[in-house]
Amino acid sequence: MATMVSMADIEAKAMGLGIDLSKVDLDVIRFPPGEDFGIKSDDEDILQEDNLEFESGLGNIIVVDNLPVVAPEKFEKLEGVIRKIYSQICVLKEDAIWMPLNPETQKTLGYCFIEFNTLQEAELAKEKTQGYKLDKSHIFSVNLFDDFDKFMKVPDEWAPPETKPYTPGENLQKWLTDEKARDQFVIRAGNDTEVLWNDPRQLKPELVYRRTFWTESFVQWSPLGTYLATVHRQGAAVWGGATTFNRLMRYAHPQVKLIDFSPGEKYLVTYSSHEPSNPRDTHRVVLNIFDARTGKIMRDFKGSADEFATGGAGGVSGVSWPVFRWGGGKDDKYFARIGKNVVSVYETETFTLIDKKSLKVENVLDFSWSPTDPILALFVPELGGGNQPARVSLVQIPGKEELRQKNLFSVSDCKMYWQSNGDYLAVKVDRYTKTKKSTYTGFELFRIKERDIPIEVLELENKNDKIVAFAWEPKGHRFAVIHGDSPKPDISFYSMRTSHNTGRVSKLITLKGKQANALYWSPSGRFIILAGLKSFNGQLEFYNVDELETMATGEHFMATDIEWDPTGRYVATSVTSVHEMENGFNIWSFNGKLLYRIPRDHFCQFLWRPRPPSFLSVEKEEEIAKNLKKYSKKYEAEDQDVSLLLSEQDREKRRMLQEEWDRWVMQWKQYHEEEKAYRQMLRDGEASDAEEEYEAKEVEVEEVLEVTEEVVSYEFEQSEG
Amino acid sequence: MRPILMKGHERPLTFLKYNREGDLLFSCAKDHTPTVWFADNGERLGTYRGHNGAVWCCDVSRDSTRLITGSADQTAKLWNVQTGTQLYTFNFDSPTRSVDFSIGDKLAVITTDPFMELTSAIHVKRIARDPSDQSGESVLTIRGPQGRINRAIWGPLNRTIISAGEDAVIRVWDTETGKLINESDKESGHQKTVTSLAKSADWSNFLTGSLDKSAKLWDARTLTLIKAYVTERPVNAVAMSPLLDHVVLGGGQEASHVTTTDRRAGKFEAKFFHKILQEEIGGVKGHFGPINALAFNPDGRSFSSGGEDGYVRLHHFDPDYFNIKM
Repeated sequence: MATMVSMADIEAKAMGLGIDLSKVDLDVIRFPPGEDFGIKSDDEDILQEDNLEFESGLGNIIVVDNLPVVAPEKFEKLEGVIRKIYSQICVLKEDAIWMPLNPETQKTLGYCFIEFNTLQEAELAKEKTQGYKLDKSHIFSVNLFDDFDKFMKVPDEWAPPETKPYTPGENLQKWLTDEKARDQFVIRAGNDTEVLWNDPRQLKPELVYRRTFWTESFVQWSPLGTYLATVHRQGAAVWGGATTFNRLMRYAHPQVKLIDFSPGEKYLVTYSSHEPSNPRDTHRVVLNIFDARTGKIMRDFKGSADEFATGGAGGVSGVSWPVFRWGGGKDDKYFARIGKNVVSVYETETFTLIDKKSLKVENVLDFSWSPTDPILALFVPELGGGNQPARVSLVQIPGKEELRQKNLFSVSDCKMYWQSNGDYLAVKVDRYTKTKKSTYTGFELFRIKERDIPIEVLELENKNDKIVAFAWEPKGHRFAVIHGDSPKPDISFYSMRTSHNTGRVSKLITLKGKQANALYWSPSGRFIILAGLKSFNGQLEFYNVDELETMATGEHFMATDIEWDPTGRYVATSVTSVHEMENGFNIWSFNGKLLYRIPRDHFCQFLWRPRPPSFLSVEKEEEIAKNLKKYSKKYEAEDQDVSLLLSEQDREKRRMLQEEWDRWVMQWKQYHEEEKAYRQMLRDGEASDAEEEYEAKEVEVEEVLEVTEEVVSYEFEQSEG
Repeated sequence: MRPILMKGHERPLTFLKYNREGDLLFSCAKDHTPTVWFADNGERLGTYRGHNGAVWCCDVSRDSTRLITGSADQTAKLWNVQTGTQLYTFNFDSPTRSVDFSIGDKLAVITTDPFMELTSAIHVKRIARDPSDQSGESVLTIRGPQGRINRAIWGPLNRTIISAGEDAVIRVWDTETGKLINESDKESGHQKTVTSLAKSADWSNFLTGSLDKSAKLWDARTLTLIKAYVTERPVNAVAMSPLLDHVVLGGGQEASHVTTTDRRAGKFEAKFFHKILQEEIGGVKGHFGPINALAFNPDGRSFSSGGEDGYVRLHHFDPDYFNIKM
């Protein structure tokens, strides 16, 4: 029965059974254990290597060794003692303890078996009484019964582990050497995951690799683009390679829900949460930090969900992802998480807390790393009903010195935005008005790289404007703010520099009444998309901030997501399956020209493959920018060739299609002619077979509907004066 | 191109049909009265009263004297086109979905829906020249396909009947024996319900539209797939230009979803495709519900569309249309 079944077969069958396949969630179908209905799972290899645990039925039994050997008369007393010890852990059944006797001497053998109700109880008992001192010479040695098998299998002699011969790895960054300098992206639609080249010259994507059921929930690129991570029930896996996508490493973590790479992609953090099976247990979460290349677990964190819930005193339950935030640039040196009244900063050399201590900050609510330097920004809200002001402080790691601090009054909320080079930090501060009934917003701008970190306060012209969005220009010194009320908010651009006075923030322009609720700067700066997503139905405005002019406007109806490619040359807008209709993605050029559209049903994800930072020095980059004409000549010539070739191919294709069609028409005409006589017969000899014989005569018919006569009287209007 | 809005139906349109000369347009709707209009100016000429349920389909004889209609009231009726009088009623045990006159108008194929225990069926009736000789006896009855048959038409020379419906398979039947001669295979065929079927002027090829968001062009004799046209919404109606190499597809989001989204989201446009290059030429907007019916005037200079919104829109093409370069 193990035959391949095509999708069409399945659909036909489903139709026969009256099942609407589109309404069946294939992921929830689970076969009974041991039965695959002849359908080979394509992640079989993952399954096989999973350690299958067979229930022997003896899992809830422990063996307690090192008991005193006693004669039959003391048997009951010993049993009583053991019962007393284990009854403290949980309620034992009447016949839970079994102490075998030596058949010759009738003495005990120095060990006993104890049965518990559940495996958890057995484990707990083992943990609690391991090494329990009954007296000086009798220290309990407790093991699970099932573990004995494992102990028996340990070979007596140590054998050196086999060393695998070195095999050179693939060039994982081969995609960067693409001759046409194209970028890759990954999409997920339905059960298919595809990696594609964006080929703007051909105005279509080119498939690199496709796999059905590649991941169970989502895919994610590593921050430098080397790996593509997939998520499975057994754990996470990363894929990559020179030409295709091979599995490079697996990270076992049952029921993993979320993953996160460190910025230098040295480490992978995996997260799972386990709902309690009974109300007495706590909601447990497990976090593992793996070395991405070796797959070794560097550190694991386990605990109740409350411990990992960030937000401090706010009392918001649930874990905000990522739990661990990586700092200190791409060296992956430090990571930190927030707890109650502490920020715990770890370093990756030893995977322990810096100075073995967490950073104690009363009531800390939020923190963020500078994207490039080991600097932490902390936010502490107001305490004691306003007696103690809220504050934002910058802390240098690993020294933990406070670099700068700013006290803020009557604050309701704070949000921190770092500029991508770590040059500036903008803190959006929502303050209460005097009546405490409403809030207004201002910005505190920190110049991190300047001496003493000067702070500047920026308030919008209309202080009561609601802030919809804020975004720094990547690598630049400008930022954009959407402020005002929906549906027509204003957008303002500010610069941290001015021509005369470098130390002041200045406004560049305010665009009034834009249908926008999100800002997407090009990764290379200069260009920005003012996007109206969701309720604005996907309005796009491509804006040049250097010239302060709109380059183009467009619309991707219903668009939910926008992503710039890592070079800033192209933009992808997509409609994911949050809507039922219009699913698919559009690719635009940076200046707002729609290049191509790909509709796909059940479209869930679009991700550009990130690129690692350029190796070119700043000077070299500037030189290229200056002499762009010289460098671009070659590419312009190539473009020309491609477009010529394309139009040639297109003409050829059209000619072929036309010829094919003409053949059909010929054939039909011939049949039509042959069958003419018979057709006439069917029509009782009516000759007019062809429409040519039918002629239209125009007949003019004049119909008199009504004739009325009316006396029209004139009235002369006389104007006064 | 300014369309003429023809408001005469109170319920969604189901079918549109021009007579051979192209001067009359017959429309069927879920209200119970098929209507005839002047195809030139959209003036209403008259209605055909007598049905007691939604009217799904109609056909007009070559000489424009007889009209046959199929209705959900489990009847198909023959009408005098000119006077609007009922000439004969064919009674069935389930709703009739599709009707089509043969070449010569001596036969008609009528399909009935699955209903209660009954499966769907294709009936062939003889049409008498004199209505008083008309009988309700079937010349041939074909049963077999699962689910509703949405459309059945005569093949070339009345030798075959081509049917398609909910099971997405296009079937060709022998009209002599009632045997299945040919059916579309799974690779080339449609993936979902076939909603509409339109034949070319010379009966040699036909176009099918399906909820799988595509339309396909087939050779009527061999059932070879010739072309496929892919859109972004379910296709409810198809039509072929008799003049130019254009096909037009209509459809849109299902009626039950319409109110939840913007008008633009529904894609209620009539989309024009180049028949040979399979490329989209353009669209005609206007309906605010899915398009259920499309028909081309036999002269190719106008077309009409009927929507879920209850309107028929009659479009006379601008001169530019005839100069579209692809």
